[in-house]
Amino acid sequence: MTLSEDTRPASTLPYTQPVLKATGLVKTYGRVVGLDGVDLELYQGEVLAVIGDNGAGKSTLIKCLTGAEIPDEGQLHLQGSPVHFKRPQDAKLYGIETVYQGLAVSPALDIASNLYLGRELRKPGILGSVFRMMDTKTMRSNSKQELDRLGISTLQDVTVAIENLSGGQRQAVAVARAAAFGSKVVVLDEPTAALGVRESNQVLELIRRLRDQGIPVILVSHNMPHVFDVADRIHIQRLGKRAAVITPQSHTMTEAVAIMTGAATA
Amino acid sequence: MTTNTSQSSTPAAAGPEGGGVDLATEFLDRSTPLSRIRNLLHRYPALSPGIVLVVAVIVFGVISPRFFLANNLSLITQQVAVVGTLAIAQTLVILTAGIDLSVGAIMVLSSMVIAQTASQNHVPAALALVLGLLVGLAAGALNGVLVTRLKLPPFIVTLGTLNIFLALTLLYSNSASVIGQNIPALITSTGATFNVGGIGITYGVVAMLVLYIVMAFIMGKTAWGRHVYAVGDDKESARLAGIRVNRVLLSVYVAAGAILAIGAWIQIGRADAASPNAGNDLNLDSITAVVIGGTSLFGGRGTIWGSLLGALIVGVFRNGLALAGLDVLYQTLAVGVLIIVAVSLDQWIRKVRK
Repeated sequence: MTLSEDTRPASTLPYTQPVLKATGLVKTYGRVVGLDGVDLELYQGEVLAVIGDNGAGKSTLIKCLTGAEIPDEGQLHLQGSPVHFKRPQDAKLYGIETVYQGLAVSPALDIASNLYLGRELRKPGILGSVFRMMDTKTMRSNSKQELDRLGISTLQDVTVAIENLSGGQRQAVAVARAAAFGSKVVVLDEPTAALGVRESNQVLELIRRLRDQGIPVILVSHNMPHVFDVADRIHIQRLGKRAAVITPQSHTMTEAVAIMTGAATA
Repeated sequence: MTTNTSQSSTPAAAGPEGGGVDLATEFLDRSTPLSRIRNLLHRYPALSPGIVLVVAVIVFGVISPRFFLANNLSLITQQVAVVGTLAIAQTLVILTAGIDLSVGAIMVLSSMVIAQTASQNHVPAALALVLGLLVGLAAGALNGVLVTRLKLPPFIVTLGTLNIFLALTLLYSNSASVIGQNIPALITSTGATFNVGGIGITYGVVAMLVLYIVMAFIMGKTAWGRHVYAVGDDKESARLAGIRVNRVLLSVYVAAGAILAIGAWIQIGRADAASPNAGNDLNLDSITAVVIGGTSLFGGRGTIWGSLLGALIVGVFRNGLALAGLDVLYQTLAVGVLIIVAVSLDQWIRKVRK
């Protein structure tokens, strides 16, 4: 049932150890079983898509991985060492960054402020320590570099307020914030749900670029074409369990949907 | 602002492959003269009140030759000192998308504590001021706790505490004022004047200006200031970015309380007395100053300096209309119109957000 060993992308073979590994995750809400012993492995430099019907436990799984929920049972390992997240901040501290559904950026703040929101840099010396002055200049130039590195070249002016950007540009900023400054894992929850065709393509391109730079990405999406377009492996969630792990090469979209709905097994 | 628009941004040419993450600067290209004005006002929220103030000063100066007399200008600054100070506290709260109806009541409670402990309990003047500060901090903390812990809307919380603080003030003071003669000189010193180019400036006005400089620095240059904007802009986004929203909100109300206590000190000097009824109009006047100053009631947008401009606009209108010989009622009418215009302008400016 677990095909992850076989289907691991060739490029990641030197990394025998998953970056993020979940084993036997169980989460119940009263008598409702959200997760019923789920395993998940995420390897360096891959895009792992998580798909599943409504109620299959997709979002519960993601919440357990990012600290938004505490699993009842099961273990999380980050780069081989066990980790326990009690709140999203804990996951963040370990370098697991999440982009939540619905564009979680501050509209009135500019791009650089958003990238550094909650982790502002202070000026060196007494200006920073006593007067608590932010180092706006460094934050702006770093933001610019970070956007260039991620290939978001058209966001030239990092002092533009988010509200002046299009939906795709906003999502790009949200993704950039998650991917910036040395994060180990980026989790994207339905990043293209609110976007048009062209803007979705921009975001998918950005996801590929993240992967090419070695940042593993977990992509939760309902959109099969997007998933098959960008994912290296696809984790199919069904009835609180991992039904299969497939690749876009090993299975067709129709087969994936069949597994998702229980019409077929992998 | 539009330096990076050289690249072509024809939507059709930019397919999925065409430029990868093709985040064209389409917004910046779309500029009619009107939208350019709107974007400018959007970017600099203090710009429109600044223009209004300059125009008002010129118009009233032309109408009445007495407007520019040193005495009159001095009077305007003094009239603005207290409401201008309260407007700083109000700006902080409104930037978080809240509203504080109790600023005047907190200020008065604090001023009565300062005046009474100093005059009747013979507490040293400096200590009396510290007691006043503590009252301000405690009152602000109460508002903050009710807003963050009980999750009540700030409007309701401060409507309640407004009445509570008012009643406490009347109970504590037996509804009696304390006159200036009975108050130590240190406390009334905020009413003393010195001369700048023939215009008498009170130390209270200086205190207000120093507060503006300090708070403008904090809001513009520190992470805390930025977090206040972020919380007011979009609470959920701020939370997801790792900002402790409740802690920021609580600190805003406590900071407001401290500023109001300083306002109490300025008020005692200005009136040369402490009166339990001094704050009745100030609750709403401070909101007026903030709104006219370009700060959005929806939070996240506005500047500290805008509120000083707003307070000055109200002061200049009241003064100018009085000098022009119009009845007091017309001052009230004018302020009402100003509020409506300011809020309409804010709505129009906010449409930049699509």
